[in-house]
Amino acid sequence: MARAAIPGGLKVRRAWRPAQLVERRPETGSASTLVFEIPGWPGHLAGQHVDVRLTAPDGYQAARSYSLAAPTNGDRIAITVQRVADGEVSSYLADEARSGDVVEVRGPVGGWFVWKPEDRGPVLLVAGGSGIVPLMAMIRSRDGASPTPFRLIYSVRTPEDRIYDHELRRRAIQDGGLQVTFLYTRTVPDGETRSIGRITAEDLIAYGWPADVKPTCYVCGPTAFVETVSDLLVGLGHDPAMIKTERFGPSGP
Amino acid sequence: MSTVSRGFQGRRRDSSRQLPPGQYLTSDFPVLSAGPTPRIPLDVWEFIVTTEQRESHRWSWPELMALPAESVTVDVHCVTRWSKLNTVWRGVSLDTLLDDVDTEADFALMHSYGGYSTNLPLEDLLDGHAWVAYEYDGEELAPEHGGPARLLVPHLYFWKSAKWVRGIELMLQDSPGFWEQLGYHDYGDPWREQRYQGD
Repeated sequence: MARAAIPGGLKVRRAWRPAQLVERRPETGSASTLVFEIPGWPGHLAGQHVDVRLTAPDGYQAARSYSLAAPTNGDRIAITVQRVADGEVSSYLADEARSGDVVEVRGPVGGWFVWKPEDRGPVLLVAGGSGIVPLMAMIRSRDGASPTPFRLIYSVRTPEDRIYDHELRRRAIQDGGLQVTFLYTRTVPDGETRSIGRITAEDLIAYGWPADVKPTCYVCGPTAFVETVSDLLVGLGHDPAMIKTERFGPSGP
Repeated sequence: MSTVSRGFQGRRRDSSRQLPPGQYLTSDFPVLSAGPTPRIPLDVWEFIVTTEQRESHRWSWPELMALPAESVTVDVHCVTRWSKLNTVWRGVSLDTLLDDVDTEADFALMHSYGGYSTNLPLEDLLDGHAWVAYEYDGEELAPEHGGPARLLVPHLYFWKSAKWVRGIELMLQDSPGFWEQLGYHDYGDPWREQRYQGD
């Protein structure tokens, strides 16, 4: 296996850099996108994450990892933070941080759960809840850069929990070759034909790719969701080596 | 010099024991893997130690079960920053498995069902530092946590404790495993915060 392409080299990637919050926008009732400006940002790949570190006035520090939500945009990076109960860093980012505030960021990190526009072959993206974030970075990176067909299956509890809702609906119409399917586990919107329920093999057959077209599969979400989906994909005949997973543990970021 | 983030106080968690730098305590047992969870039937499971001379030593599941087992209580530290204290495991010490193996190797590459691998110095597997564990918290080890058997080498970041272990390749020279090829540290000492290559 080749070493991952990590732009900028080790020294650059290891360094903690001051990152100024320049924009924030609500995505749902509990998720917000935060845009930081980081002078000299080395760039990153879709699917990679960063470490975010906070320092209190007495020197106490806490750091967590967050998936990057968008492709490289000069010195700007975007993360989407879901507020979690007892989340030391996420509650600061979700509730407290304002434009102009400074945190520290290092990265990018991770060379496995990544998609590059030069990667060929169809792609299946399966997201549970805030697991959409690194997959959205892939969808945004694809726009205008690759004709490779993408199919996204996005499981949420209710219509109000859809992160990037408007943009995903727009892209499903405008981005050629992108198919978007929402699954609902608690409440469905009016007009929805699929009944409420967790993702099944039938969903993966109906809205994903047949195993014999050999898609690369990216599965991201809570542990139980990822376990279920990756088992279903293997059961449908997908090569385990083509299934890349990222799990948010119960005490994950 | 670190930058203070305005308004951040943090929630210092009570802990009678100090944690490695940058870690926080969890009482859950999060799962982190790069792909699907492999399911390995016990009647085909085997564990193979291969030396640099290409000599193999094999254990079937009943043979592993017949070896003397130890119960250990250890702290585990994941590179994704959670630490879990006082975890209880049962398994076979690597000393027991490697006692009769003739080798000059300094390095080991652990191989797993599903294709995962991780490298570490051989001495970190010896002298009561590492086990092939098959019970967690008094129960058989669940597949998502590495069952039927995983490596347990708790003094290093937990990705070194390879899930679904299949064998050890003993080597004269170090060779990076799965996460190590993707930028994670070759040694991974949590107390020296060796998360990534170059740390």
